[in-house]
Amino acid sequence: MSDLLIARSLFGTTMGFHIIHATIGVGLPLMMICAELLYQKTKDPDYVVMAKRWTKTFAILLGVGIPTGTIAGTQLSLLWPGFMEVIGRVMALPFQIEIYAFFVEALFMSIYVYAAERIKPWMRLASLFLVALGALASAVLITNVHAFQGTPAGFDVVNGEIVNVDPWKAFFNPSFFVTATHVALSAYVVGAFVVAMVAAFKLIRAEHGTRIYKFHQKALTLSLIVGGIFSLLTAVNGHASAQMLHEYQPEKLAAAEGLFETQSHAPLAIGGVTDKETESVKYAIEIPWALSFLAGNSFDTVVKGLNEWPENEWPPLFTHTLFNGMVFIGTFLILIAVLGLLWKKLFKKPNYPKWLLWSLVASGPLSILAMEFGWIFACTGRQPWNIYRVLPTADSVTSQTNLGPLFALFVAVYVILAAAALFVLLHYFKKNPVEKDFARAETKGVPLFSSNT
Amino acid sequence: MVDAYIAITILWGFVFIYAVMATMDFGAGFWSMLYINKNHTGATNIANRYLSPTWEVTNTFIVALVVAVYSLFPRGAYTLGTVLLIPGSFILVLLTLRSAFLVFSNIAEEYRKPLTYVSGICGFLIPGLLISVLPITHGQYIDTFEGGRQSLNLARLFTSPNEYAFFFFAISSTLFLSSLLLADYSKVSNEFHAYKIYRRDALILGPITMVMTIAIMVTLKREVPWLYNGMMEHLPLLILSVGFFLTGGLALFLPTRKNGARVFGMPRIAVIAITLQYLTASYVYGRAHLPYLVYPDVTIHTAFTDPSSFRAVFATYIVGFAILFPGFVYFWSLFMHDKKYLRRNAE
Ligand code: HDD
Ligand code: HEM
Ligand code: HEM
Repeated sequence: MSDLLIARSLFGTTMGFHIIHATIGVGLPLMMICAELLYQKTKDPDYVVMAKRWTKTFAILLGVGIPTGTIAGTQLSLLWPGFMEVIGRVMALPFQIEIYAFFVEALFMSIYVYAAERIKPWMRLASLFLVALGALASAVLITNVHAFQGTPAGFDVVNGEIVNVDPWKAFFNPSFFVTATHVALSAYVVGAFVVAMVAAFKLIRAEHGTRIYKFHQKALTLSLIVGGIFSLLTAVNGHASAQMLHEYQPEKLAAAEGLFETQSHAPLAIGGVTDKETESVKYAIEIPWALSFLAGNSFDTVVKGLNEWPENEWPPLFTHTLFNGMVFIGTFLILIAVLGLLWKKLFKKPNYPKWLLWSLVASGPLSILAMEFGWIFACTGRQPWNIYRVLPTADSVTSQTNLGPLFALFVAVYVILAAAALFVLLHYFKKNPVEKDFARAETKGVPLFSSNT
Repeated sequence: MVDAYIAITILWGFVFIYAVMATMDFGAGFWSMLYINKNHTGATNIANRYLSPTWEVTNTFIVALVVAVYSLFPRGAYTLGTVLLIPGSFILVLLTLRSAFLVFSNIAEEYRKPLTYVSGICGFLIPGLLISVLPITHGQYIDTFEGGRQSLNLARLFTSPNEYAFFFFAISSTLFLSSLLLADYSKVSNEFHAYKIYRRDALILGPITMVMTIAIMVTLKREVPWLYNGMMEHLPLLILSVGFFLTGGLALFLPTRKNGARVFGMPRIAVIAITLQYLTASYVYGRAHLPYLVYPDVTIHTAFTDPSSFRAVFATYIVGFAILFPGFVYFWSLFMHDKKYLRRNAE
């Protein structure tokens, strides 16, 4: 592998690992807020127990999310010094404001967990709200840098020098809103379906009608409502993202759809493998005219094909598969949420069937997969550019060589972290079954949130 | 060009705040590991009570520091990013293991010991590696090849007495400052057994740190004369800083009364005096380092960002910290100042 390829793989691995914890870190606080609010409304202790258990999960994941985020932030400068020099001049604002979001989250997270029993209930809720706000803001802001890479704005390059810098114009670059919205919405999707996964799995094990069963059923219903709403919104907004690509990064959309010839009434290819030789998507289901409609809301929209550009500027063709995977999973999540919610109402069945529960278990990992597909599509589909039509990836990489051992080192660290985090999660919840938390929640003067054993 | 000086002052401020918070943080982790088998003394509990709510906030400062470097001095970030790839990656790996295992040790109580050992040992090494960034910016370990490609000569770095003087200075400072702070913290918490232990540790580590400081100056004189001479121009301030050190030491012997009993030492005064000592000494160091960010090519003027970017970033600093300030105060009052929290019985 060349050093450039290793640098790309290393950075991609770091991000791919960080993003799992970061996304759940954005999504889970919303679920905690819902549970706390339901507790205030119904006074049903089940909900406060839910909030506590999700908080512990959140704290463990934060133990991985924060250090890997620190790696991500520093690795940007270590691996892509050329990129960060441009960002420092033009696009420092989001990073800077993100620091304040991190502070808000860190301060109030400690308060919510370590001072839970010493502060007033409304203050606890306010702290949780600020935690969620901090996490959301940090995701939106960092995504803004990513949006800038796709649609750079707010500066000119004259003779290789950056001039006429307008930092706020760079901040509000054309794809900021649509991209940041997509990331935020999809993070809530992931948070909800990860909860649904656990609840469905516990329902398979639990005996029908017991208190434990009811507890997990409440969690499942809550997560499916949140997950259903947000996956629908994600799909609607994803459509807007694709239209943004049509306008600003047409070759990315062409690669995503495997379209070679520029045409109106362009067909939409679902599934299949893009084949360079025959300039077509093999084994795909084609829906005539649909792509033109998706890209511009009318059948005679002209969609540009890859042949418009020299081949060395094409994004990798496998992005078609990544894009399809994301959209496919997104559709599946909407359907499974609706089905899970309606099952009992519609068919008047007392119980969920096994296949439905197992599909719900699968929805958690699938939602994470969709999110990974989306990111890899967005970052890899930008190649060969680091900043679109401004800075080639090859020009921004570090001049250091022999990156192989570093790559191995970081992969080893991520494996260790993943194993340790999984172990601690399983260990903690085995030592702290739901029954114990019920007892704590119902006895006066026994701390619930700060208890560990 | 005033802007560049404002920028470097902000950066220096972040470095100083992070240095103080991080020494407390890593040091507390180390003490909590060291005394883990001496449960009855409460020393580990005190360290953990400080550490649990604060490490996340401390970590955010290092992120703020990295971001400040590239948003204020992009050209400096380019050079630093290039030469720091290897040491930076090692710091990141240690920092990651340290933070993660610290969190895990608080949640999986049965495995607290092994997890605390991992985080304690990693945390012990990090300050030494972090401070190595300073000797690297002195320039003598950076090779420049044809075409301008630069790279760090690790062999030269790790055979240099100057590097080791910095390395061990960072470690002894970490332990010194944190033992002082924990002495104060345990006194406020009425944990007198722990107080005695941390006071003793501070008394041992103070002189050791002073010796390391002298070692730094001696090796600087040999290896980096421009910096040494620059620092010597501020000799009165250096003497003042030694004066603060002696004041801090003295404060640990002053007798006071607490709940009717005689106790030796006013750790609060010692903490303040020693912080002032570090403030003056690091001001002298930083002043002598100017105008270089990385000697001899990168100065704060050549590395400075675009003026309009600077103004925007500066505005967010003011707005951001104005908004955050009440949050910090509330945090402080809950974890550093709430006597009920501090004095609750050991779990
Ligand atoms: C649970 C996660 C998830 C789900 C279900 C979807 N997405 Fe997505 N998508 C993301 C998670 C995501 C993401 C991880 O958040 C990305 C990566 C980068 C970004 O900006 O958002 C993304 C990027 C992304 C992009 C590329 C933006 C760019 O390159 O800048 C497009 C065009 C879409 N999405 C479209 C869709 C459509 C039409 C969906 C229909 C259901 C969809 N996404 C579901
Ligand atoms: C190159 C890209 C990224 C960088 C440089 C980065 C950087 C960081 C850093 C430094 C932290 C630790 C913050 C702390 O010390 O408190 C962190 C945590 C986090 N990141 Fe990332 N991140 C990146 C991508 C993302 C993305 C894409 C998302 C959202 C979808 C995200 C969401 C979060 C969240 C929610 C946290 C949780 C911890 C917190 O906010 O304190 N990050 N990230
Ligand atoms: C968090 C989810 C993310 C994932 C999974 C991800 C994944 C990747 C991958 C796989 C690559 C290598 C692309 C290739 O060379 O084929 C890459 C490159 C890169 N990404 Fe992302 N990325 C994420 C978020 C971000 C964000 C938020 C930013 C902006 C701050 C960003 C900035 C970059 C940069 C600078 C590169 C290197 C240069 C390049 O290849 O263009 N990434 N990322």
